[in-house]
Amino acid sequence: MAASQIPQGANIIGAAVPRIDGPLKTTGTARYSLDRDFPNLAHAVAVQATIGKGRIRSLDASAAEKMPGVLAVLYHGKLKDVYRTFPRQQDGSMAETRPPFDDEKIYYWGQYVAAVVAETLEQARAAAQAIRIEYDAEAPDVRTDLGAGFEGKRESSWKRGDPDEALKAAAVVIDETYSTPVETHNPMEMHGTVAVWEGENVTLYDSSQGVVGHRTTMAEVLGVPRENVRTISRFIGSGFGGKLSPWPQATLAAAAARQVGRPVKLSVDRRMMFTGVGHRPRTQQRIRLGATADGKLTAIRHDFYTETSQLDDFVEHCGEQTPFIYSCPNLEVTTALVRRNVGTPAPMRGPGAVPGLFALESAIDELAVKLKMDPLELRYKNDAERDEGKNLPFSSRHLKECYQTGAEKIGWKDRTPAVGSMRRNGKVIGWGVAGASWAAARVPCTATFEFCTNGRVCVRCATQDIGTGTYTLFAQVAHEKTGVPLDRIDVFLGDTNLPDGPTSGGSMVTSAILPATAGAVSQATQRLLNIAAMTPESPFHGSHPDSLTVAEGRIVAKQGQPQVVGAAYHGSADVSAKGLPFEEVLRMANLSSVMGSGRNVPSFEDPKAKQYSLHSFGAHFAEVEWDAEIARLRVSRIFSIFDAGRIINKKAGANQILGAAIMGLGMSLMEETVYEPHTGQPINGSFADYLVPVCADLPDLDVTFLDYPDLIVNEYGARGIGEIGMAGVAPAIASAVYHATGVRVRELPIRIEDLLKSTVREA
Amino acid sequence: MQTFQYTKAASIDKALGAASGAKFIAGGTTLVDLMKLSVEKPSGLVDINLLPLDKVETLPNGGLRIGAMVRNSDLAWNAEVQKNYAVLSQALLSGASPQLRNMATTGGNLLQRTRCVYFREPSAGTPGGYGCNKRTPGSGCAAMEGFNRMHAVLGTSDKCIATHPSDMCVAMAALEATIQTEGPKGKRTIAFADFHKVPGDTPHLENALEPGELVTYVDLPKPVEGAKSVYLKLRDRASYEFALASCAVVAKVEGGRIRYARVAMGGVGTKPWRSHEAEAALMGKAANAETFRHAAEAALKDAKPHGENAFKVELAKRCVVRTLKMATA
Ligand SMILES: Cc1cc2nc3c(=O)[nH]c(=O)nc-3n(C[C@H](O)[C@H](O)[C@H](O)COP(=O)(O)OP(=O)(O)OC[C@H]3O[C@@H](n4cnc5c(N)ncnc54)[C@H](O)[C@@H]3O)c2cc1C
Repeated sequence: MAASQIPQGANIIGAAVPRIDGPLKTTGTARYSLDRDFPNLAHAVAVQATIGKGRIRSLDASAAEKMPGVLAVLYHGKLKDVYRTFPRQQDGSMAETRPPFDDEKIYYWGQYVAAVVAETLEQARAAAQAIRIEYDAEAPDVRTDLGAGFEGKRESSWKRGDPDEALKAAAVVIDETYSTPVETHNPMEMHGTVAVWEGENVTLYDSSQGVVGHRTTMAEVLGVPRENVRTISRFIGSGFGGKLSPWPQATLAAAAARQVGRPVKLSVDRRMMFTGVGHRPRTQQRIRLGATADGKLTAIRHDFYTETSQLDDFVEHCGEQTPFIYSCPNLEVTTALVRRNVGTPAPMRGPGAVPGLFALESAIDELAVKLKMDPLELRYKNDAERDEGKNLPFSSRHLKECYQTGAEKIGWKDRTPAVGSMRRNGKVIGWGVAGASWAAARVPCTATFEFCTNGRVCVRCATQDIGTGTYTLFAQVAHEKTGVPLDRIDVFLGDTNLPDGPTSGGSMVTSAILPATAGAVSQATQRLLNIAAMTPESPFHGSHPDSLTVAEGRIVAKQGQPQVVGAAYHGSADVSAKGLPFEEVLRMANLSSVMGSGRNVPSFEDPKAKQYSLHSFGAHFAEVEWDAEIARLRVSRIFSIFDAGRIINKKAGANQILGAAIMGLGMSLMEETVYEPHTGQPINGSFADYLVPVCADLPDLDVTFLDYPDLIVNEYGARGIGEIGMAGVAPAIASAVYHATGVRVRELPIRIEDLLKSTVREA
Repeated sequence: MQTFQYTKAASIDKALGAASGAKFIAGGTTLVDLMKLSVEKPSGLVDINLLPLDKVETLPNGGLRIGAMVRNSDLAWNAEVQKNYAVLSQALLSGASPQLRNMATTGGNLLQRTRCVYFREPSAGTPGGYGCNKRTPGSGCAAMEGFNRMHAVLGTSDKCIATHPSDMCVAMAALEATIQTEGPKGKRTIAFADFHKVPGDTPHLENALEPGELVTYVDLPKPVEGAKSVYLKLRDRASYEFALASCAVVAKVEGGRIRYARVAMGGVGTKPWRSHEAEAALMGKAANAETFRHAAEAALKDAKPHGENAFKVELAKRCVVRTLKMATA
């Protein structure tokens, strides 16, 4: 879109605004963490364990140490002054809390056991290969059946009524188990850290979704004061949750740099992306639904296992949406944490909701089939008026309208429910639907805004743009409030020297930064107008500041306000008609800039917001095409309808839902990290063997936003949309697959071997 | 990665004179990968990109001569190939990605190695690494009891179940191509069926080439008059992925009966899998679904699944049936 087509002024909020950082990225001039180079930079290469469980019997680095260019070989006992972080701290913690090389035990395949620092990357890599390690290996536990051998405790996280009694009494019961595999984040930009020490201070260039938490965590890990650490992450090739907290490679880079006294760069390669930098854990979820013969839910039990590492207690909260998405008097959600010899998991786009809703929404579809009821009818019948989990009203819930809109778009009234009953162009087609939800909140955020004497304005905040369009959102608010054109707005993010901003996680950045930025602009504007009114050289001298405003980047008298013109006004008709550019007034006052700052009250401290359940909602309608004879399945259309508050940037917003739908398609049909049963290695750990959708797999995608502002969350009515779009895709596709083929797949991904079981024949 | 000598050969003679332990490098799309993974450790690379083997020419007998350096994309879009050997064009276009096909060559494609995840693991065949009889004879085969969903069901042995990954070769098997080579001992012609080897007890010996022998051309026989040819590939995603099962058919129907049939399969064999059994089941029979299913059953009669890849038996049958339908429609 040409700049001239972008709506101006207040209309920029809600418009489809192209990324202000787009040209930097498309021209390759945006500098990512690993693009940083420094004089005297040394390179580190990590060595990974090649067993899944056991211990290091011996490690011989003597050959490696003598190789050309080698500066240090680090392993257990050789890495100095690294500390464990306190787990689950408010502002971040190490994702894998064990410091690297802490002991000689091996907890998972791929664990870092050594690192080489050398003059060049090639020298470091060659020396890394020359380290001889012998292990006492034991059989790792990477069983995919999470119930197998489980002896831990199951915890109840939600309970109301008496679900067990209600199940006994129910006219119709569904009792099925659903599994989702380990999935690997695989953002385009891999993890990596460049660490640069200057005396007691260190600057870390890391690909981070949360620079503020990263800084705090790394200060703890390195045993230095927080103010000595600066984390910079200007551009991020996405993270999907894998970069919320630092991983051991950041520790290795920073500690190695301190030890060799030189800047060090350490990158995680694609194969390593499958081991020590998180993954979505495997889940196994038993769902029991009880209903009356006419389809009113009487009981929901959601009992799940979620896998974690030997080292950390990461829980995938599969039952988070279960208590409030349907109205049901009797309910319980229980969690069991199962240890395997795998790396520590991490949140991955829509954690909890994405696997959890695959199970719950699939079960709802199965209930509809059993009741011979339309799955939309069943959902309408059990729609929740209020959050029965928290017993609070929803701030804004239009799930039913999402379904109705989607039904209209796909033409649901023409759906015939019988398996394999719909045909088109010689193919069987199947339609499925599922709902989605994701929590909203306003998290703390501070931001500053500055009018500068060079005619530009600056916004600053230590949040970061993980590729979602955050830079552009700040600019939209700045433009909305001041009318300064986008090309004169500078946005600075991704640096802990800036005012503290939120982690890019939980889809909570947008709702946090909007009020903080608006507050900062408002304070700066107030100060600017005071200056205009008080500066003798200013033509507005003597005006009441309240009679002035900033529009189109100029200070002007408000409509209907008297044109008070100061002594310095020499009769220019122009000034009274158009006001003065703000920078001219700054110059008259001999000020380089005027700044304001804003901070928002988080919703958990806001008495009004606390009276509501804050959530976004949505629905996906999926269509599959099924060529029965050769078991070829293609997803042909997905309609996504979302009630995610007011959408601030339609383009960036739709982009999030489109990407999430595609990721959901990958989850449904392709993605699975397979651990080799004997060694525990992620054996398909490369892009050759771990499949994600390619362009040819993409269906027609159609995104609709209902766009109802949620004014409880913030004054803009905006909630977040980064994650919710992935929830509900897999159950919609799995239900469509059932509709076309009669095969109900309860263990993702849906594969050709599942579909070969279909008895539906040629169209 | 190991250090190696790199030389660029200006002529076939120069290429043949290269030191032993060296490998030819054409497009490099397989070889460089395998060197990075420490699977291939050649002492030298002889770059054959300057050799005058980059043309597709009609032979006096009406057949087609394809230079070993003809790129996969050039071959796929060659008008003669599209017209008379459609199966080959379709097979090539179903493989890899446009970027890879622009680099990949006919000779390199013939010699691409298996995508078995164990074979491609840097430490396979070394002490402490996965067993791989292809990498180190006698070290075992981790795929037998491991992650073997992608592995072969035909032509396997108790030493190796690795799939031959090529699409192009499946079409060439059905087209009964011949391979022209030039080596230290002179020139020879190898029938396509004799070029690739089943693993047997020696899975590390994959083809009929002698050390230092260069593939110069692949010859296709004169097109069969009145025949139609088709390639069909079934896989886990719509593009850019190897076959779970594929099929190449050249068939001719007259008066409702099958008068000529060549059937080859990919994704299921340890080599590009020509099925004489399927062809026998087709010859002279009515071109209908029943005949095709019989042919498919015959083609997979000796299939030996290994757990996760059991589905390939049924999938390959369906692939054969559909391809036969398409080729006889
Ligand atoms: C990501 C990816 C996806 C792919 N997907 C597919 C697919 O779906 N289907 C498919 O069929 N293929 C696929 N391929 C494989 C691709 O077709 C091969 O890599 C390519 O054909 C090899 O050709 P090349 O010229 O690059 O060979 P090189 O890498 O140059 O050489 C390969 C081997 O052949 C030898 N060699 C080359 N030319 C000669 C000659 N003239 N004489 C003797 N020896 C020679 C080399 O020494 C080497 O051992 C894929 C490859 C990649 C990397």
